[in-house]
Amino acid sequence: MNDSTFNSHEYFQKIYARPVILEAKQLSQVFKHGKNERTVLNQLDLKIHKREFICVIGPSGCGKSTLSRVIAGLDPYHSGEILVDGQRITGPSPERGMVFQGYTLFPWKTVKENVMFGPRMKGASQMTAEAHAREWINIIGLDKYENQYPHQLSGGMKQRVAIARALVNEPKILLMDEPFGALDPHTRQKMQKHLMDLWQNIDITIIFVTHDMDEAILLADRIIALKANPGEIKEIIEVDLPRPRSLALMATPAFQQLRARVDQLVHAQEDELDPSLQDLPKIPRMTQVSTDK
Amino acid sequence: MGYVVKEIGQKNKLLLSLCSFLIPILLWCAVSYLPFIWHPQVQITDSGSVSYLQVGSRIEKSVFYSEAQNAVAHDSAPPQGILVNPIYLPAPHEVAKALVTAFTTPPEQPDTPWFHQSLWHSIKIVFSAFLISSIFGIPLGILCGFSQKISLLTEPFVEFFRYLPAPAFGALAVAILGINDAPKIAIIVIGTLFQQILIIANTTRMVDKGLIEAGYTLGTNKLKSLFNVVIPAAFPDIYRDLRVLLGWAWTYLIVSELIGTTSGITWFITQQARYQNFDNVYAAILIIGVIGLVCDVLLMKLGERMFAWKAGAK
Repeated sequence: MNDSTFNSHEYFQKIYARPVILEAKQLSQVFKHGKNERTVLNQLDLKIHKREFICVIGPSGCGKSTLSRVIAGLDPYHSGEILVDGQRITGPSPERGMVFQGYTLFPWKTVKENVMFGPRMKGASQMTAEAHAREWINIIGLDKYENQYPHQLSGGMKQRVAIARALVNEPKILLMDEPFGALDPHTRQKMQKHLMDLWQNIDITIIFVTHDMDEAILLADRIIALKANPGEIKEIIEVDLPRPRSLALMATPAFQQLRARVDQLVHAQEDELDPSLQDLPKIPRMTQVSTDK
Repeated sequence: MGYVVKEIGQKNKLLLSLCSFLIPILLWCAVSYLPFIWHPQVQITDSGSVSYLQVGSRIEKSVFYSEAQNAVAHDSAPPQGILVNPIYLPAPHEVAKALVTAFTTPPEQPDTPWFHQSLWHSIKIVFSAFLISSIFGIPLGILCGFSQKISLLTEPFVEFFRYLPAPAFGALAVAILGINDAPKIAIIVIGTLFQQILIIANTTRMVDKGLIEAGYTLGTNKLKSLFNVVIPAAFPDIYRDLRVLLGWAWTYLIVSELIGTTSGITWFITQQARYQNFDNVYAAILIIGVIGLVCDVLLMKLGERMFAWKAGAK
């Protein structure tokens, strides 16, 4: 597939024709601190289709992490509804796998044992769980490391294992909360490529929370831009860039154009939220500072 | 590694640890062998004309000098003596000798235990008390740390109880459990258990929430989370707590052995102190320290081996 044959209209029509896998109806989340109440998510309506790659982006405090935690079932929500495959969610479940920003591999388990955890909890035998785990460790390309402990792995490897550990349970949705946030830029790009490859080749819906605009545009079918105070959907952007994508895409004018748009969406509000950012003081030149350079 | 925090080499580490023992021993040697540092008393070697002084007894320096001056003034023979420390501070070599003879000397009365038998009795008391305490303390502590309900139901009372001094239960323990080993073990259990519950509960609460949440998204329920995530994650830290708590159990030993019929190492110490054999007293105290230290180092090494994954985890 290349530019000439990629028809974005057709592409999105195909997506919207697929069944809805996740639906949020009037979803609100309110945090209480004593008598104070803070609305973090305000009456969100959202439909995500099967096999879609969704990125959630927004200024800090917009509730993007809250949204992923609520969908994961880790926090109970205040009002509204979240349906997965038409079923109201009532708590965490392996059908909604999650990859966290912090490394949450079990440090006392080897790579293989970490990936086996889900199947074992479901009651699979040691043998079956091991076979499943091996399969996924091969897919993420860490078969040489299956007997290593997490502290022996690099950050990128740890997150690959975390992805495999979630995917081995064959979840309907993979939630990723800034999973590459702690990685260095080079590793990060490799991981983005790796994740795109994975997504292209397996049947999975991904909801990916990030504050990195390039990452969002590179990965997403649709970007959900949230605004803060209260957290609401500001806009849903269809990323009409051809697939499969490569990192080279980031240099194209189409990408840059989209980036400018997303940038405006996200940062216009950041300035609003923190007015002091708008008129940063001009630093006066100190007389004693040498002007040699 | 850098200018601010320099890594100390293995050799230097060992050297410094050795010095932490060497310094107090050298101080002790200095006080014992250099008369000008302390030596406040005089041990009589010849009573001369002073009739109440006995050869071998110790008197204050000032008393000795005035007696000597007095004797010289009256043209009679002055007493002779050497400068010594008080009897309660024996020199290192005396204690070292006592350490050896304690093990090789048979008891004075035939029905009383040898030194090593007393020691073994004490060790058994400490470890059985610690075992009993742990059987209740570890599970209860973990449950308190895991479930807020159980914690609220248990911890306020435990918090109250731990302020009660364990030895205060001595008379009660004897009335209930008799005069032999049972009340001694009970006192150590009372002294250890309540601290143990609170400390282990706290350690369990410190388990990384991220791990527990990850577990839930991978299919654990509450019970599976406890056994498959919380306990394995907390285990190395609980193990470290137990090492500290075992030390506390030792500190309760002496008090507990005074309850009912005095026994074990405490019996030996009180017995020797009664005859003013302070070198033996020091030897016994030192042995307790050595046993404690050896135990702890062994447990530490075992822990490092068992929890190799923990070493690099943080």
